[in-house]
Amino acid sequence: MFHRESGVFKTSYAAEMALYPLPIAKWAVAAFAGLFIVIAPLTLGEYYISILNLILIACVGALGLNILVGYTGQISIGHGAFMSVGAYTAANLVTHLHAPFWITIPAGGIMAALIGAVVGIPSLRIKGIYLAIATLAAQLIIEWTINHVPAISGGVQASIQVPRPSLFGMQLRTQAQLYLFLMFFVVLAIVGTANLIRSRIGRAFIAIRDQDIAAEIIGINIFRYKLWAFAISSFYAGVTGVLYTYYLGIANYEQFQLTVSIDYLAMVIIGGLGSILGSIFGAVFVTLLPILTRWFLEDYGWLFFSQGDLLNAIPNLRLILFGGLIIFFLVVEPEGLNRLWRNIRNYFRVWPFSY
Amino acid sequence: MRKVSITLAALTVLGFTGAATAQQKGEILIGEQCDRTGPTQIVGIRLCAAVQDYINFVNSKGGVEGFKIKVDEIDHEYKVPPGMEAYERDKRDGAVSYMIYGTPHAQALNQKLNEDKIPGTSPGFGISASADGARYPYLFPVAATYWSQGAAAIQFVKEKLGGNLKGKKIAYVFYDNPAGREAIPILEDLQKTEGYELRTFAVPPPGVEMGAQVLDITQRFRPDFVIDHLFGRSPSVAIKEYKRAGYPLSKVMGLVWASAEADIEAAGGWQVAEGYHTMQFAGAGDDYPVRQEIKAMYKSQGKEPPKEMDDTVVYNRGLFVAALHVEAIRNALKANGGKKPTGEEVKKGFEQIHDFTLGGLVPPLKITAEDHEGGGWVQIFQAKGGKFVKETDWIRAYPDVVSAAVKKAE
Repeated sequence: MFHRESGVFKTSYAAEMALYPLPIAKWAVAAFAGLFIVIAPLTLGEYYISILNLILIACVGALGLNILVGYTGQISIGHGAFMSVGAYTAANLVTHLHAPFWITIPAGGIMAALIGAVVGIPSLRIKGIYLAIATLAAQLIIEWTINHVPAISGGVQASIQVPRPSLFGMQLRTQAQLYLFLMFFVVLAIVGTANLIRSRIGRAFIAIRDQDIAAEIIGINIFRYKLWAFAISSFYAGVTGVLYTYYLGIANYEQFQLTVSIDYLAMVIIGGLGSILGSIFGAVFVTLLPILTRWFLEDYGWLFFSQGDLLNAIPNLRLILFGGLIIFFLVVEPEGLNRLWRNIRNYFRVWPFSY
Repeated sequence: MRKVSITLAALTVLGFTGAATAQQKGEILIGEQCDRTGPTQIVGIRLCAAVQDYINFVNSKGGVEGFKIKVDEIDHEYKVPPGMEAYERDKRDGAVSYMIYGTPHAQALNQKLNEDKIPGTSPGFGISASADGARYPYLFPVAATYWSQGAAAIQFVKEKLGGNLKGKKIAYVFYDNPAGREAIPILEDLQKTEGYELRTFAVPPPGVEMGAQVLDITQRFRPDFVIDHLFGRSPSVAIKEYKRAGYPLSKVMGLVWASAEADIEAAGGWQVAEGYHTMQFAGAGDDYPVRQEIKAMYKSQGKEPPKEMDDTVVYNRGLFVAALHVEAIRNALKANGGKKPTGEEVKKGFEQIHDFTLGGLVPPLKITAEDHEGGGWVQIFQAKGGKFVKETDWIRAYPDVVSAAVKKAE
């Protein structure tokens, strides 16, 4: 993931399939794991961990959407709604059955997967922008249903309070504890995606993305795999919704509206379609950039604005800067941050002897 | 290309290092969320400006018991994750009280506020049941909840229709989201005792097209009174449509988020909305000493008063919220002998707010440990001759019905 050296010639299928083509890859991954799992929660302040937590939750959702958009070539503007399906499933399980998180998280994911697979049915006949509209309809229908069916939404406020998850009788309260809790699922999501893509299913997804007619001719059941893509992707979305619910302590339909679906699409596109690292880059970028631009404007905004105008200028400029940077990065590298990262890496690998 | 990326990297680093600005001594921090860029910016730009003005005004008078007040406003575009980030940041910086902005944010922060022992206010939105201070110890709706608003609306309609609602028809027009529906149970409860006929009309978001509903209301149902519970752009659309359908606006009233000057102007001006009744949880209009003092403060700095002041309804609500926070901090300082207060002490300070009226702008609230709503007071104003004219004094209606609903809510 974080390295590549020359002189790697694969001579067997096993080598081609290997997760770690070189030992250095293993070490790099171990170092990153140590940094983020051990060092980060011990050294960073609560505020910074809370930002990391938001990023972690976004990572799971972005990975899931990337399976659908990046690897299978389908599109969904309904992922916000799939998250709400997971969130409300978990919230109802918690309030009615006092289910622990190791039941609610898979249950929320499976419920979202079922609904996602149903929503995916139009993808068998329509593609591209038409499919986008069909999934948009799903977003609106699910939103409406949650909003109007008290049995799902828990009454007039359409929100259900959920206690924080507990592990071995200890309730996870602090940001650092929640960080490790979320990190566990992010690692699962990353490993799961990496392995999924190497598997028969993942290769079928990629074949469908590249040319669905050709894929059908070589014997891939398009019907089944497109629905699998929707189901798996929605499973991730459902899990994201449950993680949000546990993190915020509440399931609320206003957290999962259309703008959320668009945000996640933005993450996947900015980060890089069809790459795991890209999904993570995208989640970091979309979550962190508004925060960074605000920090920057708060400290240096007085150079351009009077104190009175500043409060109005910060949020508006933040939006402008955010939009501008998205355009900037996409113009510099249309294939996303992941490709940008690879270019930088390739440049430095041969530096200073580039040719 | 490389130059650009180096500059960017440098800027990012600068942002990191500069962000951790330390809080000065002798300063009390209030955290504030705002939405100046999202779907509710029409409220945010004025409300948050008023908060800043009031805090500046308090500081210009020497602060509170020797402490300067600082309010740290962070915009969240009405999205929940940035709102959580904003809260965590103010918590790190040592905020002792928090101004929540937005219903989903109030719900998402409820648990955190309890854990961190920081009192938060959600005036005019949030969770109606949080009026119950025993169950929601750190959440303060402070203004009338949607339930109190619904009850007050019925009482007002009753007065307008001659003291008896038997057989009268009332239409409840609501924005089709949880907040919009929230008042319905109260209206249904009151229907049993008052004997009116109630019909509800949902306006699907974003509520910019409601010709069909208005025709349905004015031509088929023909109600004796209409109660609008709408948000954003939709109140102005509703006013315009009632006018077009020939329905008298003197038989229409808007609950608190359908009642600002901006709504009237967007509907086509005061002559269109003549007669429209509006419900307020903070006094509307310019005739309050605190507004004059803030204008004087601007004058003494050689500046014009900001244009945000022209929309008196929303601006005054900002003053209302800010004033309650300052008052709670003052109470806390009085109780603990002038040390820097903790969130817990400010919570107690909120619960001692009593007969604090700010020259009539704030209702006669009595916030206690049990009642975090402070009574559920509202005032009705009517659009008349280019401004809002006071129709009633501060009223609270059917407190027993409302408190029964609060008790019943889970």
